[in-house]
Amino acid sequence: MLDKARRFRTEDLSPVDELERLLERCRASDLNAYITLNGDEALDAAEQALQRLDEGDDDPLVGLAIAVKDNICTKGLRTTCASRMLADYVPPYDAHVIRLLRRKNAVIIGKTNMDEFAMGSTTVTSAFGPARNPWDPMRTPGGSSGGSAAAVAAGLCDAALGSDTGGSIRQPASFCGITGLKPTYGSVSRYGLVAFASSLDQIGPMARSARDVAVLFDAIRGHDPRDSTSAEAGCPPIPLEGMDLRGITIGVCRSFFSEGLDRDVERSVRHGLAVFEDLGAKVVDMDLPHLRYSVAAYYLIAPAEASSNLARYDGVRYGLRLCDERDLMEMYLATRSAGFGDEVKRRIMLGTYALSAGYYEAYYHKASQVRTLIAKDLREAFSRCDLLAGPTVPVTAFGLGEMVDDPLSLYLLDIYTIPANLAGIPALSMPCGFDGRGLPIGLQLMAPGHREDVLLGAAMTFQDHTRYHEVRP
Amino acid sequence: MRITEQEVLHVAHLARLSIGGEEAARFRRELGSILEYMDMLSEVDTSGVEPFVCVHEQASATRDDEPAETLPLRLVLAQSPAAGHGAFEVPLVIEEG
Repeated sequence: MLDKARRFRTEDLSPVDELERLLERCRASDLNAYITLNGDEALDAAEQALQRLDEGDDDPLVGLAIAVKDNICTKGLRTTCASRMLADYVPPYDAHVIRLLRRKNAVIIGKTNMDEFAMGSTTVTSAFGPARNPWDPMRTPGGSSGGSAAAVAAGLCDAALGSDTGGSIRQPASFCGITGLKPTYGSVSRYGLVAFASSLDQIGPMARSARDVAVLFDAIRGHDPRDSTSAEAGCPPIPLEGMDLRGITIGVCRSFFSEGLDRDVERSVRHGLAVFEDLGAKVVDMDLPHLRYSVAAYYLIAPAEASSNLARYDGVRYGLRLCDERDLMEMYLATRSAGFGDEVKRRIMLGTYALSAGYYEAYYHKASQVRTLIAKDLREAFSRCDLLAGPTVPVTAFGLGEMVDDPLSLYLLDIYTIPANLAGIPALSMPCGFDGRGLPIGLQLMAPGHREDVLLGAAMTFQDHTRYHEVRP
Repeated sequence: MRITEQEVLHVAHLARLSIGGEEAARFRRELGSILEYMDMLSEVDTSGVEPFVCVHEQASATRDDEPAETLPLRLVLAQSPAAGHGAFEVPLVIEEG
């Protein structure tokens, strides 16, 4: 991405020609990475970017094609959340992150496929059919930001935005061999992000390299008064030259290397840790006793919040309506039953149950208390290390037909990514090797809140000494 | 703690979802196994532990209630599946007396 930004200035490369080339590739692609392509409006934006380049604008994002997950509102461009409920929804306003990107003359190339309402880890729950993994089209690209990850990996955009509630940026980044960042909770405005679980959701950048991710993150972060959870503070400036890893301590959660971890994944992640050691970092084992409860706590808290957030889809103000002229209740029931897919219904019911009279204490309240203990484990770990490292996902990309009938076994694969969401801390996934089938493997790094500078700095240095992020499908 | 089919139907109705008998049986099975997994939380001693509220202290800060620009009514109503007379249209809510 940054290479192209340079070539816009040093060679005879035009963002208009580039966009046309990319749009053509997107139309010819059978990865189903996009739900909607942004044709004419994107070309207008590219023309404008060309003019800005001629005027000497030195912002790296000018003219670059950014793919946007389809749960981020784009004015005048359909935003479906991959749901029948919003299949024809055209937002009358831009999300804050989109406004920031447009202001920098980046080009929104299209809206990417995802799991319905970001609930899932395969894109199989998309009402528009699953996206496919560029490394093997019979496999899932991961999810929920699977379309964004596939688009980046296949070169159908220069970089992308995703959202991460329990791993939805990092898991597909791992499955598609790219770099993806879930920023600190509150560091990127969620104004215009369709809400799933408000205490967990965060928008973040996805790209080939940590350096590209850092540039895109810098463009979208910052306080926004229209998001009441937007943080006033942010991370210190991010060093684009990477960082000296000598003297840095990297903690490794012992329990992340237990049963269920694929042997190829373990080997590659341990190799990645050895690279960090070679670069001067100290790697130490740690025990974080409550992290094993992450999946159980998360799958009560996130559905509980979702059941409340998705109450807004009632067929009145926007989205689908199946109407019974006479009866309001019938309208609600018909609209919601036809508009939502099975996984969304399952989570709405789970959340409604967890919040309902008689079960609130045993489920939602208990999960919130365990969340406090998980956040405390992480806080204490960071008093003894600068970063935590481990696998992003226990496995590599699996077949599109596998595991769709067993929701719990899919939930269990989120075990490594969920803790960062529960604690609100930043985390990224970057490529660290390939399994026996040639499928990419991701290494996850976590940092204390608002320390994306350390997180991305360490990742850049790692990538300066490895080539995994440069291998293309 | 297991969930009964009747509870599934009750929860579905609370969530304004209508599900059929076969669906109810399937959801009962799936939700049951998920809830069974959640039972592991009871191993954790949480006595005296505050529930997690928000990530950063300032997150719940209130702001001044200042009027700002809103979306034009025309644009807002254009999103509605049924609008007319400058309003959203819904089925009759209050019966005529």
